[in-house]
Amino acid sequence: MNAQVNMDNRGIEFGFGFLSQEASFDIQFSLIDYDGSRSYARAYLVGLLNTLLVSFIGIILCTILGVIIGVARLSPNYLINKTASFYVEFFRNVPLLLQIFFWYFAALRALPMPEDAPLIFGSSYMTIKGLYTIAPVWNNFDVFFIALIIALIVIYFFNKFAKRKQEEEGKQYPKFFISLGIFIVIPALTFIVGGVDLSWSFPELKQLAKTSFTYEGGLGIPPELIALTLALTLYTATFIAENVRAGIQGVGKGQKEAAASIGLTPSQVLKLVIMPQALRIIIPPTTNQYLNLTKNSSLAAAIAYPDLVLVFAGTAMMQTGRAIEIVAITMATYLSISLTISVFMNWYNKRIAIQEK
Amino acid sequence: MFKYLKQLTSLVAMVAVLFTFSTESMAAKKSKTLKNTQKKGFVRCGVSQGLPGFSNADAAGNWTGVDVDVCRAVAAAVLGDANKVKFTPLSAKERFTALTSGEIDILSRNTTWTLSRDADIGLTFVGVNFYDGQGFMVRKSSGITSTSQFKDGISACTNIGTTTELNMRDFFNSKGISYTPVAFEKADEVVAAYDAGRCDTYTTDKSGLAAQRTKMSNPDEHIVLPETISKEPLGPVVRQGDSVWEDIVRWSLNTMIEAEEYGVTSANADMMKTSENPQIKRLVGAEGEMGAAFGLDNEWNLRIIKQVGNYGESYKRNIADTGILPDRGPNELWTKGGILYVPPSR
Repeated sequence: MNAQVNMDNRGIEFGFGFLSQEASFDIQFSLIDYDGSRSYARAYLVGLLNTLLVSFIGIILCTILGVIIGVARLSPNYLINKTASFYVEFFRNVPLLLQIFFWYFAALRALPMPEDAPLIFGSSYMTIKGLYTIAPVWNNFDVFFIALIIALIVIYFFNKFAKRKQEEEGKQYPKFFISLGIFIVIPALTFIVGGVDLSWSFPELKQLAKTSFTYEGGLGIPPELIALTLALTLYTATFIAENVRAGIQGVGKGQKEAAASIGLTPSQVLKLVIMPQALRIIIPPTTNQYLNLTKNSSLAAAIAYPDLVLVFAGTAMMQTGRAIEIVAITMATYLSISLTISVFMNWYNKRIAIQEK
Repeated sequence: MFKYLKQLTSLVAMVAVLFTFSTESMAAKKSKTLKNTQKKGFVRCGVSQGLPGFSNADAAGNWTGVDVDVCRAVAAAVLGDANKVKFTPLSAKERFTALTSGEIDILSRNTTWTLSRDADIGLTFVGVNFYDGQGFMVRKSSGITSTSQFKDGISACTNIGTTTELNMRDFFNSKGISYTPVAFEKADEVVAAYDAGRCDTYTTDKSGLAAQRTKMSNPDEHIVLPETISKEPLGPVVRQGDSVWEDIVRWSLNTMIEAEEYGVTSANADMMKTSENPQIKRLVGAEGEMGAAFGLDNEWNLRIIKQVGNYGESYKRNIADTGILPDRGPNELWTKGGILYVPPSR
């Protein structure tokens, strides 16, 4: 292999032993316990989780926003319709990196310094150094967590039961409200009998120097995460909005009229007739957008959000000099994330596809 | 079956192309890099993406700086013209890969000489052209005048991929201060974020702080704290495995420093040929066969001094006169209280 020969000639070794060495650099923001005395493998995990975090939040938010904008584009109301069109045309035609820079550098500069920040919702401060908000402090969180899982299982069986009843007897339960009730009541009981206790930790202003302040306590969300999430969401939502619009317009007009003629209410028409058919058109291109969003999150490096590329393919690569190994691992990681999303979306797509009987 | 076979063949071919792409046999007895450079007619030099005083391009695309001058010196020595250099701006992250992969032949980009870089990743440091140390910059209005006033919760902006990140951790850990590192890929973004107030302090090499301060919206509002938390000897780097090329770069730099020591400048270099001092005569190619070992002619060092100037001239032109660091500090000759000391050319 030529690469091997070249590396030998230049005295470069190949191997993955470096992963267990001490990383000796710190990372701004981490979901798991980390400091510089941990290994490069741990730093990799921190970067990976940060990438997954921003992708996950981004996917959820852009889906919600995309559906709203997509439906708004079909609205007969001139103002709503045109605003939605303008939004789509504007945000999808400006390069994403520019949008990230805009939100980070332009919007960031407009935010107040920590000492001048007004209190929002009685709990949070939005400052140039990030969003500081209240953090929950739990007692016996595990009990509460188990109760949540039990609630979900109960809801699952209740829905199965309700469906059977409807098929057998034609009886309809208010499924949504009963499910919501179960979801609230069971975990709430743990506060009374399970010894679960929740209090809130508030951020407090701390003086670092004469004109330099920060907040202590509570939960600090770095501005890098906020800017990146905002940019990714607003950008990707435009494409999803177009998918949604195409999906709804792709369902024949006769379907809606036929559904209305058998006495279904407008919301039932949308839920039972239009959406199931529209989804078949919406899902495949939307999968692409989810994948794009995840891969685009690697632009984080430009604004210091410590994602996989910045932490691992950036700092770790520099400190170890293991370019080939680290780039290979990073590529394999993105490939795995993308394939996982694809597999899930394909499964979902199959589930909602027309079942030939 | 055949369909898959065809796909497989094309895949194998693709991989093969990928690996032969960077082929460069080092078996050639003489310096392959030197031969290639003379054939191409220019020196391929990796520099920073813009650090005033070290390597910075003006509006017309002309590069200046002390790091740039090292590459120009090599071009004067091996090609006879200090302008025959192709500069490649590199981020901290890209720089070593660009050198080891053969995209550039000299990396002269305010790069700190450390054991692991020298020994581990196929690089060889040839010398030091600037003795630096890491420092901190803060806003004057904060009232901070020393790092001892740093408190828990301080946020520090810096670049990724540098020794800075490691030194910063060592420093804050040894003081027992908790801090938030905010690390960007490019220096311009670090400056912008610090300038906007994202961070309480900006840390990098002191020369870098002095240079970047000139880019801020209001330079007078910021000060560099007196403490130096690390040793940062910056110098040019070459690929491991071509000792002749390594020697050429090393002695090009040494020539500049030694020329200052003996008072040889770009203005008087020609006249020095008739000097009484044999050491000076060797420096301007009037005595001995100083270029033969490199496969160069005898006036290689004279050309460096004539076209680029000695180290003192380069420092004055790029760093002192631009107001970045008027005081030479440790970068003064050993004869004048600094630590610049190079082996003799003989």
